[in-house]
Amino acid sequence: MTAVTYSAKDFKSDVKPVWCPGCGDYAVLSSITKAFADLGLAPHQTSVVSGIGCSSRIPAYTNTYGFHSIHGRALAVGQGLKLARPDLTVLVAGGDGDGFSIGGNHFLHACRRNVDLTYIVMDNRVYGMTKGQPSPTTESDWDASAMAPPGGTGMTPFHPLAIALAAGANFVARGFSGDPNGTAAIIAEAIKHPGFSFVAIMSPCITFREEQREWKDTMRKVAIDSTNDAAQAARRLMTDDGYNCGVLYRGNRVSYGKEKIATAQVADLDAEFTL
Amino acid sequence: MCGSGGAGVMTAANMFLDAAAEAGFYALFGRSSGPQIRGGEAAALVRLGVDPITSVDDTFDIMLAIDWQGVQRFAAELPLSKNSIVICDPSAGEVPEAYVKSGARIVHLPMKDLAKAIPGGRPNMIALGAVAALIGFPVAPLTEVLGKSLKKKRADAFEASVAGVKAGAEAAATLGECKKIGAPKAKDVKRWTITGNYGTGLGAIRGGVRFCAAYPITPATEVLEYLSSALPKVGGVFVQAEDELASVNMCIGASYGGEASITSTAGPGLSLMIEGLGLSMASETPVVVVDVQRVGPSTGIATKCEQSDLNIAVYGLHGDAPHLVVAPNSISDCIFTTQWGVYLAEALQSPCIVLSDQALGQSRGIIDAPADVAFVGKRLVAEAPAEGEVFKRYANTASGISPMPVPGQPGCQYTADGLEHTETGTPTSQSSDHVMQLDKRQRKLTGHDYGNHWATIEGEGDIAVITWGSCTGAAREAVDRARADGVNAKLIALRLIYPTRPEHLGDALKGVKKILVVEQSHLGQFTRYLRGEYDLPVKPEQLSRPGPLPMRPGEIHARLLKMGK
Repeated sequence: MTAVTYSAKDFKSDVKPVWCPGCGDYAVLSSITKAFADLGLAPHQTSVVSGIGCSSRIPAYTNTYGFHSIHGRALAVGQGLKLARPDLTVLVAGGDGDGFSIGGNHFLHACRRNVDLTYIVMDNRVYGMTKGQPSPTTESDWDASAMAPPGGTGMTPFHPLAIALAAGANFVARGFSGDPNGTAAIIAEAIKHPGFSFVAIMSPCITFREEQREWKDTMRKVAIDSTNDAAQAARRLMTDDGYNCGVLYRGNRVSYGKEKIATAQVADLDAEFTL
Repeated sequence: MCGSGGAGVMTAANMFLDAAAEAGFYALFGRSSGPQIRGGEAAALVRLGVDPITSVDDTFDIMLAIDWQGVQRFAAELPLSKNSIVICDPSAGEVPEAYVKSGARIVHLPMKDLAKAIPGGRPNMIALGAVAALIGFPVAPLTEVLGKSLKKKRADAFEASVAGVKAGAEAAATLGECKKIGAPKAKDVKRWTITGNYGTGLGAIRGGVRFCAAYPITPATEVLEYLSSALPKVGGVFVQAEDELASVNMCIGASYGGEASITSTAGPGLSLMIEGLGLSMASETPVVVVDVQRVGPSTGIATKCEQSDLNIAVYGLHGDAPHLVVAPNSISDCIFTTQWGVYLAEALQSPCIVLSDQALGQSRGIIDAPADVAFVGKRLVAEAPAEGEVFKRYANTASGISPMPVPGQPGCQYTADGLEHTETGTPTSQSSDHVMQLDKRQRKLTGHDYGNHWATIEGEGDIAVITWGSCTGAAREAVDRARADGVNAKLIALRLIYPTRPEHLGDALKGVKKILVVEQSHLGQFTRYLRGEYDLPVKPEQLSRPGPLPMRPGEIHARLLKMGK
């Protein structure tokens, strides 16, 4: 009997995305489905979980077991799912506002907890769904949108890779939607790597950040040297301008959670209370 | 029994309960403590009897104070009468005015001095011995319990404790007469000793729960404590989450994966979980949230009881969001109602809030062994559609319940969504889709047969006492006393708070001429809920107060007698 194999197309649904023409998220969707197919996964054994935002619409565009949850809570839903069902491949996906602002606390603790799943953040440094407010990764002086305060937020941008590394993520990488094959390869590696794998994917929003069209020239593909030394990875991040792609860090922490083995029947629990 | 931190009040009371259990008594042991992390004044509130006990009494027969430090803070929670005895150490200083005023007989027992005379002796053991002797409680089970807890670890501590109990018992002869407990009747009756919060945890597992993510919060932490050790034993998973937002959403994720899931919290945590409950409701992913209610609003009084989370539990979700709310009405019922809540959540693919409260959750009872009922959560499982057909996760079925696949099942992939969706789960903004799904989600709840579990109903009479939660015990005792006085009342304790059962309550109230609503809320949330949701045959009278003072049988009894005139 030959094993059934699935192509990237088998992982896509026929629901039409709400995304704008030119949105980087189309390419990320393709990279994800390609990674699934390249790894030989089956759609029914794969799950994509998200929160709220443009990129968080992604589960409906896949043919996997999807969960489009609520703003900021994708990692909580995803971790619960993976802990209950270790046999599934769980991929959590969303945007920079969802993951680093409203969901920031879950991001820190997901890195620490190290549940074996992959977290993809499609970073466009803007709130797109609500039409152009600054996000945690927006440059501090960005005020091109009427939605941004004059002179910018004045807040230091969130550095996703540095924070993931500091918080204990077991795999840290950056991809670019303009390099779908390279990104698919990174995602596949992230899925294979045990523990919590974090992949930041620069995915331009040309509707509200037209200047991000330039990323196709400024992003450097395969520019990061990988290391399993967290200190080394941290030093590399100190000189990182945010435009280097590749796998930065591969850790060797043991994944969270124990094998589920029942040692008692439910009725046995009564004994503790019986006189 | 009260004293400052380190006086060993809780230890002595727990040993007393263990001995009472051993000897064949029933008991209810509540606790009142201050906000201190460790130490601080504490009172162990014990009611002991030869018959089952589900309520606090009006007053205490004995108040034993090892010292008076901070005890006046509890004065209102420790009602005494002229028939009560206050036992205190003469070295502890003057008896606080509140207790003098009660008219109780005040007697001195030099617990500290008696303890000093015994190497390694402690005043709490003197106290234990004195109380036991005073009420005619057998000494043998006390010694046995001391042996069980101390002998193996520390022989010297065991000797000292036994000597302390003996010295206390001998000294009791100087304290005068006291009401005697009587001979225990239940030595051979199958009984349990358990707290409401542990019962909630056990009920969850009995109902099929195999996943819990929770965040510590008083007074719900013992649910988490129990499940963190019990769940792994039965092959389940426990996670301590980073906050309540994570707790509830982790549970929703696990539930999506096919595991019945529960989290436990108190009012502040429930506030944080509400958005998650909306997601559970809209995506039809079952989850159970236990709210062990404490005094609110905001941080309120974290260690004490109030029934004031009814409004948020029933009406807190945004949008038109019918869901399940159930409420246990005794320690024993914490087991059943939680189990039933899990069963309902799973069967109806709905969030279920279990509204327990501090007085149930943190009280330890010696109770009749609870029945092992057959409610185990089971979902309507999906089958893969025929070749070429699309799987409809949110199919508009007659019952409103749509078959739910378990991830891993080929051909049934779907996206669970809090966005309004079509039958296939695809996001939609069309009014017809919205109406269809609203109808479906409401239909499955209102059309379900909840059997006779929707309420605990006892007795018959012209007056109906409608109550819920921990007030039920006091109301039951009041109804019993009123009956003895010739006033017949019917007790109705609602277990199913939401959805409402208008026909059932209507039937239960047939022939009733007066209604008394008993609850522990300043706003009268339960009364307002009853008047808003039900067509009551008469305007109800309301007997309520905010926490932390519990409703006591005497005041309900008095009102019933007045209503029965």
